[in-house]
Amino acid sequence: MRAVRLTVTAAATAAALTALSACTAKSDAKDGNAIQVTAADSTCDTSSKSVPAGQVTLKIENKGAKATEVEILFPDDRIVSEKENIGPGTKYTLTAEVKPGSYEIACRPGMKSHGVRQKLTVTGGGSASARDPKLDQAVAEYRQYAQDQADETLPKAEAFVKAVKAGDLEAAKKAYGLSRLGWERTEPVAESFGDIDPKVDVREDGLESGQKWTGWHRLEKALWHDKKIGAEEKALADQLLKDLKDWQGRVGKAEITPTSMANGAKELLDEVATGKVTGEEDRYAHTDLVDFKGNVEGARKAYELLKPVAAKNAPALAKELDGQFGALDALLDKYRTDKTSYDFVSYDKVTGDQRKELSDAVNALAEPLSKLAAAVVK
Amino acid sequence: MTETQGTQAAPSRRALIGWGGAGLALGAAAAGGAVAMARTGDDMDPAAAETGGAVEFHGAHQAGIATPVQDRLHFAAFDVKTEDRDAFVQMLKDWTDAARRMTAGKAVGEGAYGGLAEAPPDDTGEALGLKPSRLTLTIGFGPSLFDRFGLRDRRPEALVDLPQFPGDNLDRARTGGDLCVQACSDDPQVAVHAIRNLARIGFGKVAIRWSQLGFGKTSSTTPDAQTPRNLMGFKDGTRNIAGTETDRLKKFVWVGEDDGPDWMAGGSYLVARRIRMNIETWDRTSLQEQEDVFGRDKREGAPVGKAKEHDEPFLKAMKPDAHVRLAHPDSNNGITILRRGYSFTDGTDGLGRLDAGLFFLAYQRDVRKGFIPLQRRLSAHDALNEYIQHVGSAVFAVPPGVRDSGDWWGRTLFSKEA
Repeated sequence: MRAVRLTVTAAATAAALTALSACTAKSDAKDGNAIQVTAADSTCDTSSKSVPAGQVTLKIENKGAKATEVEILFPDDRIVSEKENIGPGTKYTLTAEVKPGSYEIACRPGMKSHGVRQKLTVTGGGSASARDPKLDQAVAEYRQYAQDQADETLPKAEAFVKAVKAGDLEAAKKAYGLSRLGWERTEPVAESFGDIDPKVDVREDGLESGQKWTGWHRLEKALWHDKKIGAEEKALADQLLKDLKDWQGRVGKAEITPTSMANGAKELLDEVATGKVTGEEDRYAHTDLVDFKGNVEGARKAYELLKPVAAKNAPALAKELDGQFGALDALLDKYRTDKTSYDFVSYDKVTGDQRKELSDAVNALAEPLSKLAAAVVK
Repeated sequence: MTETQGTQAAPSRRALIGWGGAGLALGAAAAGGAVAMARTGDDMDPAAAETGGAVEFHGAHQAGIATPVQDRLHFAAFDVKTEDRDAFVQMLKDWTDAARRMTAGKAVGEGAYGGLAEAPPDDTGEALGLKPSRLTLTIGFGPSLFDRFGLRDRRPEALVDLPQFPGDNLDRARTGGDLCVQACSDDPQVAVHAIRNLARIGFGKVAIRWSQLGFGKTSSTTPDAQTPRNLMGFKDGTRNIAGTETDRLKKFVWVGEDDGPDWMAGGSYLVARRIRMNIETWDRTSLQEQEDVFGRDKREGAPVGKAKEHDEPFLKAMKPDAHVRLAHPDSNNGITILRRGYSFTDGTDGLGRLDAGLFFLAYQRDVRKGFIPLQRRLSAHDALNEYIQHVGSAVFAVPPGVRDSGDWWGRTLFSKEA
């Protein structure tokens, strides 16, 4: 967590993504312009593949046996507008202001996975210039990754919360590091929702005047420093879970661009450089290397998705990044015996010389990584 | 630090170089194998007085040794972080390009602004609008570098590891280094900018091991100039070698053609010592004792019984353990080193005392005939030892100068055809 958030949103400037405000409402929209969406458990039929720009109306009917979710999506899978939890046999009308461009309508039976997609072309003058489809694909896959990380975090956070609420100090300590991993991997996306980060990942010194200390690090202090779990901690554990569910539900709406992905990767290394290498992040639990690894994994994922474009535009940079990611991973592996586990050496056992070595490796990777965004948009 | 653009208030960069004529003249003279300084003294030369001019980067010897001493220092020692010889050599070439630009008052690479909005600028920007400020950048190679890249056979015999001297209390974190860069400038920001940008270019290939800022020069390489005082308030090293003393430079500073190895001809050896001064106890010492310790008077810096700082000292008039008496060439079979040290103050030490002293830099033709015998004598007998402690140490082989725009730092060591 950082005191100053350079959010992903701030970097999202691609013309293709400047949609007008989307809104959802049960409206009595005129049928003339409406698209009939017939959703079932394995199909998603739409009555029209092309509509003029402006207010677009979806008249949705769920004919399947599962509850479904219907979305209008940008080419990179960012959500223009959506309706969740449309029950079997029910109808819903969704409206949105949509600019000219290429979109998809997705039905997600069971409200998960990629869903069934239909193309939608929104016509009109002044259509935004199309982006390299490879980059749209990279953004779409990265968004899926971010969603997966949130989805996978929830059960781990639940295990942590359960242990806290059971008053089981040792089990809670054990579950703490892993519950943070998905968050750490996708921190720039998570932080782009400015209101969630201060609730779940703030450290005591990061509190603003009057702000109540909640989240992981508050519980970390209780577990490792105070060594006791009281009623307040149990309530805070519940609150953490609630806030993380909020994050899970909003990942799909995060503004993500190829540039913000690349800069997000660099920001993850910045997180390592300013918080983890110094041991400030998990100052009581000393699980900093778990967070460290998570940050690097998340940065690497963003890089790997952008690599097809980066390697073409800047082959030497891609080679350098491959080498430096490899070197940092190899260095981190020295701090765990089982390379499939996240049981890292406690950071208070990492010597000054070792911290310097880790810091040097972070600098070696972060410097070329800072050039990735330019290589991608070239 | 871009080229001056149409500002009439300041002379253009080119005009600055031409004005003193020093840079170009030095380059020409040095290329001819001789060391001739166009500048005759800090207090006499208009360009030097301006302290804004550029010092020629190219020459037979690296600038920053015999060239006039600037006011400020940022010195950095680096560890090598790569096993890839080609990558390291490429970094030396990239460093040379950056050094060539920065010493001329230009920004690194594509500059500090105006590039792609998505990318960080090549240059960090804090030297924009500042004059070249006589920036010199001098590179050196430490003994440990020769354990790498198959260089073992290339290590000069003269590049010995310094022995442990009595009283040494070396901090490992401030000692050694595979290579070093000495940045000297009249503007501290220009010196810091240079080290910062070289470190940035070096990430992944090298990492800073330690670095030292020096805020005030303690030596002069310009004849007849006053020797700057150290933090003890004394002038020391008043008989320093001047940049114009070609004979003494040849005899004591530059590695000769026959000294070996070939790649070091025209180079020198650098000893760096962080010498902490016990400032507070020194300040409580009586004037008589202070003067006895140095063997000089405090006001003028004249040797005992003499009138002026540059007067030839009568060593026997001094106490046997006086600093000047012990360090003087006449007491050491003529041993002479070129001193280029700076005063430092790194805040306080947590006990309310200044963390201050002398960052001693000395260039010599052979460490075994320069610093080592001198320091053996001083560490054993010098009255000054009560007030100082050596806490950091490093030694480097300083290769010859970069000849021209196609040449690069370390070419004679690394290039196969050299």
